[in-house]
Amino acid sequence: MQELVAWARKVREDFPILRSLHPSGRPLIYLDNAATAQKPLAVIEKLADFYRYTNANIHRGVHWLSQEATQAYEAARERVAAFIGAASEKEVVFVRGATEGINLIAQGLRRVWFSPGDEILVTQAEHHANIVPWHIVAEEVPISLRPVPLTPAGGIDLAAVAQAFTERTRLVAISAMSNVLGTEFPVAEVAAMARERGIPVLVDACQAVVHRPIRVQEWGVDFLVFSGHKLYGPTGIGVVYMRAPWGEKLPPYQGGGDMIRRVTWGGSRYAPPPAKFEAGTPPIAEAIALAEALRYLEEKVGWDFIQAYERYLCDYTEAALQSVPGITLYGTARPKGAVWSFNIGEIHPHDVGTFLDQAGIAVRVGHHCAQPLMDALGVAATVRASLAFYNLPEEIDQLAQTLHEVVRFFAHTPSAP
Amino acid sequence: MTPEMQNLYQELILEHNHYPRNYGRVENPTHEAEGYNPLCGDQVHLTLRVEEERIADIRFEGKSCAICRAATSVMTTVVKGAAIAEADRYFEAFHQLLTQEEAPLVSSLPAAVQEKLRIFSTVRLFPIRVKCATLPWHTLRVALHEPEKKIATTE
Repeated sequence: MQELVAWARKVREDFPILRSLHPSGRPLIYLDNAATAQKPLAVIEKLADFYRYTNANIHRGVHWLSQEATQAYEAARERVAAFIGAASEKEVVFVRGATEGINLIAQGLRRVWFSPGDEILVTQAEHHANIVPWHIVAEEVPISLRPVPLTPAGGIDLAAVAQAFTERTRLVAISAMSNVLGTEFPVAEVAAMARERGIPVLVDACQAVVHRPIRVQEWGVDFLVFSGHKLYGPTGIGVVYMRAPWGEKLPPYQGGGDMIRRVTWGGSRYAPPPAKFEAGTPPIAEAIALAEALRYLEEKVGWDFIQAYERYLCDYTEAALQSVPGITLYGTARPKGAVWSFNIGEIHPHDVGTFLDQAGIAVRVGHHCAQPLMDALGVAATVRASLAFYNLPEEIDQLAQTLHEVVRFFAHTPSAP
Repeated sequence: MTPEMQNLYQELILEHNHYPRNYGRVENPTHEAEGYNPLCGDQVHLTLRVEEERIADIRFEGKSCAICRAATSVMTTVVKGAAIAEADRYFEAFHQLLTQEEAPLVSSLPAAVQEKLRIFSTVRLFPIRVKCATLPWHTLRVALHEPEKKIATTE
């Protein structure tokens, strides 16, 4: 264990922002990684270097700079394809983020896939990004969402999944890991059940992809989305994986330059995927910097380390939080990533969040864009501490110690009026 | 415990959070509104009985953070018995106190009201929490002047 912690200390130095001080002068303890991760220097420099040395528009210049930029952009696509185990880089579409990715898929399926009365099987733990796009579809084609309930520990029971399938199920759209609970869901097993029934599967991998490498073919899924900024890459870049025949079946999401084969006044013929889905100038620098983040994670940090160390941090954090009087932890089922949501007695999460902030500890408080899950938990909001491989055990100690202070502060009974 | 926290959570704020005044519902209210902050889930329900342009009674229910709950409790104590026009003045003064560096309006209010509103003046230093303290006041405004909206937010 000492070796793991020592390596965490070492790679932590790659993240300049982690040396920041809170305005109060206290060191920053960043535990809001599920919202967005911090960026290693390699990624920051890659972004700047693109604009410094390589900037040009892609796919349209004969000049050398455009060719270099195009090459780097397409190399980024290849790295992403290899990272998720896609059969071909042509199955990888760059978008602005996972939210745009799900909207792209939803609007495509609206036009070629859904009929009135169809159902989409989801989990009770979906992020709004995997709920609202379907509600928008439902405004035009009356379809509905059927959520699979969670177990009391925040996991998914396959028997409950089997029960949720109906004759009208036309799509399975599930998160691989809850952004609130951290619990991981059995994607491969659910996908197998869907396959038996001839139903396509979409996976929201935003949280899962950060904690372990994803293999889309082993999972047997049709669509998968994730955002770059949670994966130590820049904002404004996300990935849609689309298994081969789907790229042909789905109509384009937006029209414009770079996604066409031929345009006349009579109409347009579209380019083959993935270009078909990338209208306009894409986030070129961001795609290249995302590939740099993947390189950094694979070659410098190491996925074996990330998984082993985060397991340790997850257990360490659970034990530390359990010591806080009156705490309720949400999502104790395993496997889970190092994300802990909790409430302390009747103390409102917002009060806890401000208190922690004053101690230099950044956490997220609120509904985490998962209001249906909050309803199911019977709370309006939670406090969420989400960890990354650069967090250290002493930061968790500091969190727990400050939470003890929160309890003491709010347990204090003022004299009656 | 940091000094900033003690400034934010003044003893009186903790006291109102612990012993909220005018908690519950007015029977047969003439006015009511729901306040909701979608960011943090703060929720306040106000019921009022207005007689001859005067707030004869006001009560609140809801789940919210300590700042919001205390602000609501304090608000009910200062507007109960006040004319609607007076309550509007308190709203303007309170809003200015929490959002502007210079807040002259509050000084024109009755001394007892001033004193109660000023316990929230440090909330201004916590921009993300300003909405917690102003939510009940926005809700009151909707109840009194835009009842067709029914729901107030601080967005």
